[in-house]
Amino acid sequence: MAGLTLASPSAERRGYSPWRETWRRYRRHRPAVISAVLLLLLIAAVVIGPFVWRVSISDIDVVAGLQGPSLAHPFGTDDLGQDLLARMIYGGRISLAVGLAAMLVSVFVGTLIGALAGMSRGALGYILMWVTDLFLSLPQLPLLLLLIYLFRDGLKAVFGPEGGIFILIVLVIGGLRWMPVARLVRAQFLSLREKEFVEAARALGASPTRQVIRHILPNALGPVIIAGTIDVAAAIIAESTLSFLGLGFPPDTPTWGRILYDAKDFLDIGPHWALFPGGAIFIAVVAINFIGDGLRDALDARKVI
Amino acid sequence: MSQYILRRLMIALPSLLGISLVLFVVLALAPGDPFSELATNPNVPPEVQAALRAKFGLDDPIYIRYLHWLAAMAQGDWGFSFVSRMNVDTLILQRLPATLYVIGSAQLLALLIAIPVGVYAATRPYSLFDQLANTFAFIGFSLPTFFTGILFILVFSVKLDWLPFVYTDVPGSGIKWALEMIRQAIMPVMVLGLFQAASLTRFVRSAMLDVIRLDYVTTARAKGLGQANVIVKHVMRNAMIPVVTLIALQMPAVFGGAIVTEQIFRIPGIGSLLISSILANDTPVIMAVTFVFACLVVLFNLIADVLYGWLDPRISFR
Repeated sequence: MAGLTLASPSAERRGYSPWRETWRRYRRHRPAVISAVLLLLLIAAVVIGPFVWRVSISDIDVVAGLQGPSLAHPFGTDDLGQDLLARMIYGGRISLAVGLAAMLVSVFVGTLIGALAGMSRGALGYILMWVTDLFLSLPQLPLLLLLIYLFRDGLKAVFGPEGGIFILIVLVIGGLRWMPVARLVRAQFLSLREKEFVEAARALGASPTRQVIRHILPNALGPVIIAGTIDVAAAIIAESTLSFLGLGFPPDTPTWGRILYDAKDFLDIGPHWALFPGGAIFIAVVAINFIGDGLRDALDARKVI
Repeated sequence: MSQYILRRLMIALPSLLGISLVLFVVLALAPGDPFSELATNPNVPPEVQAALRAKFGLDDPIYIRYLHWLAAMAQGDWGFSFVSRMNVDTLILQRLPATLYVIGSAQLLALLIAIPVGVYAATRPYSLFDQLANTFAFIGFSLPTFFTGILFILVFSVKLDWLPFVYTDVPGSGIKWALEMIRQAIMPVMVLGLFQAASLTRFVRSAMLDVIRLDYVTTARAKGLGQANVIVKHVMRNAMIPVVTLIALQMPAVFGGAIVTEQIFRIPGIGSLLISSILANDTPVIMAVTFVFACLVVLFNLIADVLYGWLDPRISFR
């Protein structure tokens, strides 16, 4: 981090911005910085990977089945002799995309409901919070499984086997994880809407929408960003769990969870098959959680670093 | 106190109704019909189909169907499993003990790890022990249960051959049998318990840190009480109040973990029942198991509320 101390104190003062300040605080959290690098590498690997590692994900070569890591297959092969590295790159794209997309859904729904509940001074706020609490006490995984079971075939018919299940998983995971965001946003809104600068905006004739979008929401973003980061990790775990239970993506779509599901019956003869996807999920989740932790330090203005 | 419990019950009932409503709406909105197997089966004549539909009230308006379903659930008439050929409630009652045994032992293990570690870490914040505990907790709750389960099987069953990785439910008696029952539960309980312990440790630590700085703790120290006395009798008692709520809020995640663990170790509990019924399209069982999970969550929330009132008597007077 020595290279980053180029800016002299005066230059730093000149270029002061909230984002730079956040970055300065984030940098202090060493695991978070390492995690950010790790996650970027992982993303780069799954995005660029297929252009570099041009092995098909579905070439079957039973003779070379269940081999450990070698030069021809750096991550080894599965029982049908399919190359695991290629499959992991392909699956990583889906796992990470599901995580990001589900996070966007949950943050959007959560912000919307939290903002409505936080701005309303009537019964609406109470009703929305009751619904939020109700959703919090729903058993997530059973409900997730139930929804997938009920809607799987319908969406498959409309969007194709992979697209349908992708939309379904993203909507369901996102739709079951918005509650913490809604609570955070509401709490922020309740305190921010009474602040002087919002009152000033109101006095100047700003409409409620403008008050929210220009004045309140930008100040409430910190906790939302942190919760959103953690949600990516939770969504990746949820998707892997579904695939691991054999109820996520179809068998020919090798997401990390799905590879693990296929590998779990071959633990004695091919442990590498399970260790690589499991390790990838673990690294992605730990990295995202550490980034969330670093952001918590960086975005919490009350904390002095 | 009894008035407080009653009030909590009055709050728990509507949320149970709300959950049942959500479940029912989901089922009603789903494309396809729970009787689609019958509808597509050419051997079932249309009049029989119509009679069945009328019998099960499938052509009634949705709110009437909901009330019927609710009344049936409340009376213990949970339907018939097409796959197992038995009543759903008997099937679930058969499977429930295994689930509760594993979840209960795992919770116990989690508390036995989390409370001492969290308390000790909070008494020495930012020490080496605290940092190690924090790091392990962080890694612990980032490791998904399905991966820890596989790692445990790999290490303790495949490599070391210490523990069996398939859970068998043979009835028997005697010390040997009891030991075998404990031995086969070690891995699932460890997987679930360590996962729980990881997040609980963080809760306990931060709850302790919130309380430990308060003035009354300083007063207790000033009176000359020993460290152990101050921590256990003065700090912990108050720090445990938020922890109880957090444990209740974690329950949905615990059940999620239990489903995965039961599936990995093939424990014959309601979690693996849920998965196998989904794979077999056994709708009555799926609905009932989901509802049981929801009831358990509400029940644990209720227990947490009651405990909360007991730990902090100010709450039950409000």
